[in-house]
Amino acid sequence: MKIHEYQAKEILRKYGVVTPKGIACFSVDEAVSAAQQLGGEVWAVKAQIYAGGRGKGGGVKVARSLDEVRQRAGEILGMRLVTHQTGPEGQVVHRLFIEQGVSIEKEFYVGMVVDRGRQRVCLMASSEGGMEIEKVAAETPEKIHKVFIDPIAGLSQQQAEEVALKIGIPAQSVPQAVTLLQGLYQAFDETDSSLLEINPLTLTAEEQVIALDAKMNFDDNALFRHPEIVALRDLDEEDPVEIEASKHELSYIPLDGNIGCIVNGAGLAMATMDIIKLYGGNPANFLDVGGGATAEKVTEAFKLMLRNPKLQAILVNIFGGIMKCDVIAQGVVAAAREVQLTVPLVVRLEGTNVELGKKILADSGLTIISAENMADAAQKAVSAAKAKLSS
Amino acid sequence: MSILINRNSRVMTQGITGKTGQFHTRMCRDYANGKECFVAGVNPRKPGEDFEGIPVYASVKEAKQQTGANVSVIYVPPPFAAAAIDEAVEAELDLVICITEGIPVRDMLRTRYKMQGKKTRLIGPNCPGIITPDELKIGIMPGYIHKKGRIGVVSRSGTLTYEAVAQLMALGLGQSTCIGIGGDPVNGLKHLDVLQLFNDDDETDAVLMVGEIGGTDEEDCARWVKENMRKPVAGFIAGVTAPPGKRMGHAGAIISGGKGTAQEKLEVMESCGIKVTRNPAEMGKLLKSVL
Repeated sequence: MKIHEYQAKEILRKYGVVTPKGIACFSVDEAVSAAQQLGGEVWAVKAQIYAGGRGKGGGVKVARSLDEVRQRAGEILGMRLVTHQTGPEGQVVHRLFIEQGVSIEKEFYVGMVVDRGRQRVCLMASSEGGMEIEKVAAETPEKIHKVFIDPIAGLSQQQAEEVALKIGIPAQSVPQAVTLLQGLYQAFDETDSSLLEINPLTLTAEEQVIALDAKMNFDDNALFRHPEIVALRDLDEEDPVEIEASKHELSYIPLDGNIGCIVNGAGLAMATMDIIKLYGGNPANFLDVGGGATAEKVTEAFKLMLRNPKLQAILVNIFGGIMKCDVIAQGVVAAAREVQLTVPLVVRLEGTNVELGKKILADSGLTIISAENMADAAQKAVSAAKAKLSS
Repeated sequence: MSILINRNSRVMTQGITGKTGQFHTRMCRDYANGKECFVAGVNPRKPGEDFEGIPVYASVKEAKQQTGANVSVIYVPPPFAAAAIDEAVEAELDLVICITEGIPVRDMLRTRYKMQGKKTRLIGPNCPGIITPDELKIGIMPGYIHKKGRIGVVSRSGTLTYEAVAQLMALGLGQSTCIGIGGDPVNGLKHLDVLQLFNDDDETDAVLMVGEIGGTDEEDCARWVKENMRKPVAGFIAGVTAPPGKRMGHAGAIISGGKGTAQEKLEVMESCGIKVTRNPAEMGKLLKSVL
């Protein structure tokens, strides 16, 4: 799960991380009064969307008067912000964050993720703040310093000092940086974060070390113990189809093709997308109905896919293990009847009770193209989609 | 010999009194030598009870002492599953198989930390388990699709493993042992660990390795294979079409920071002498071609 910058900063402040003073707003008037309340002569007007790259996309502006705050807020609020992370369709800005301006002396990068290979949380830091870290990692990997954190002892004073010095924080500001880095790790750990990024971490003209930006993602598997984080969820930022899918415990990701896929198991679902592509088609989605798919779940899956106006065919690929093929077949038949299918349906069943399942499909009277194996299924789905498209 | 488990393994179920634990313990007990192998269950609140004749003990330690069980399978719900692994590790079991899906990464980080220097091996979490066909099945895979043979199978997914096994079976190729290592980012045995075991197993002639996007486990394994593997390896990686930044069901299946793409994995595997296919319908055929 993701949250907004202003929400992340609110969490981080509780852990002693210094940030500029700021106020979240939902309207232009609120933005102006926020700036008044904050005081000073310079403010940052920042679009609040989940995606990164907001500055480059025109979603972060500096204002030097209240009039300018009004003007900038008006420009950004409601705009469709396109960044390298939003995709070409962009994301509409519904929230703003007004922050006190900061005189920047130098910018750094700090991030934390779980390193799979080492099975530790990895603190990454670089002197190259404000940049895309992927680019720094690819072009100048020597400028990224990594520290692996002991899950029991936490980030030690010594580790934090070393990192601060390596990225070029001046000696007199290192103690501040240590407090900040240790606070970041504590926040990461205690909130079950999956990613935490401060880009840039800033040294101000007054030699203060502050988090100018903040990004936090959380481990979905741990949300059960963090109701305070679940409460921050902003549904405006999420794809409505994905929200609907999650209500039915379906793992669904829309893609840009035209062949809908219903599969049990994530690995097989990916492989099904791959084979569709291999045979010249394009998958419309990733959809894992999970191990315990019921007729209701299959029906919901059909409904979700049929929302897509580009859909030209549906491919059901089920390897029944614990989940029995006859149960799935009943679900498919019930779903196809309920939603009145308008596109060709290809079904491949394998595994437990497969013969019974095939019989249910055959006896249903529905026009179902049945397939013998994965390759056959993919080929049939691809040609059905092509025929439908040209009809 | 097979790897990790055989007819002589003695297994306890942690979480035997839950619906999932009961169902799968029954299925496993009914498979091949399961009746002799499944000897105990654990539930701290229900010691002294039994599940269809399998005695339930208060702790892993007690179950081990009373029955000699050396392997555990875990169906405990996610909030408590990591602690269940810890308990099995502290009791010094040989092998723990954690089926539970949805364990917080933070819990697994601590559990893996505590496992350092301990003898216990972990399969999973979030995995289908392990089967040595016609001997013993520990996990949720359908037993009947397998047959004893000389091909080792290792995979990060569940149903895609079944698909791979079915393709082998269609060509008459049985399996020595099949292992689903699970789709979580922080887990126990990796592809590399399993390949090492297959390499040393007299009853395995070749290995089918099924991977997916995310992480660099397959690449690490491929590099080891190049230097050390004495048996042919064939492979497939799921997720060539997966877009970056989107989690594909499994917690670990995500392309992030430009790392973990299927393309990259396939290229590294190929360069290390592993035969790969980009067609998931041809995993069996490919394996047969390397024999």
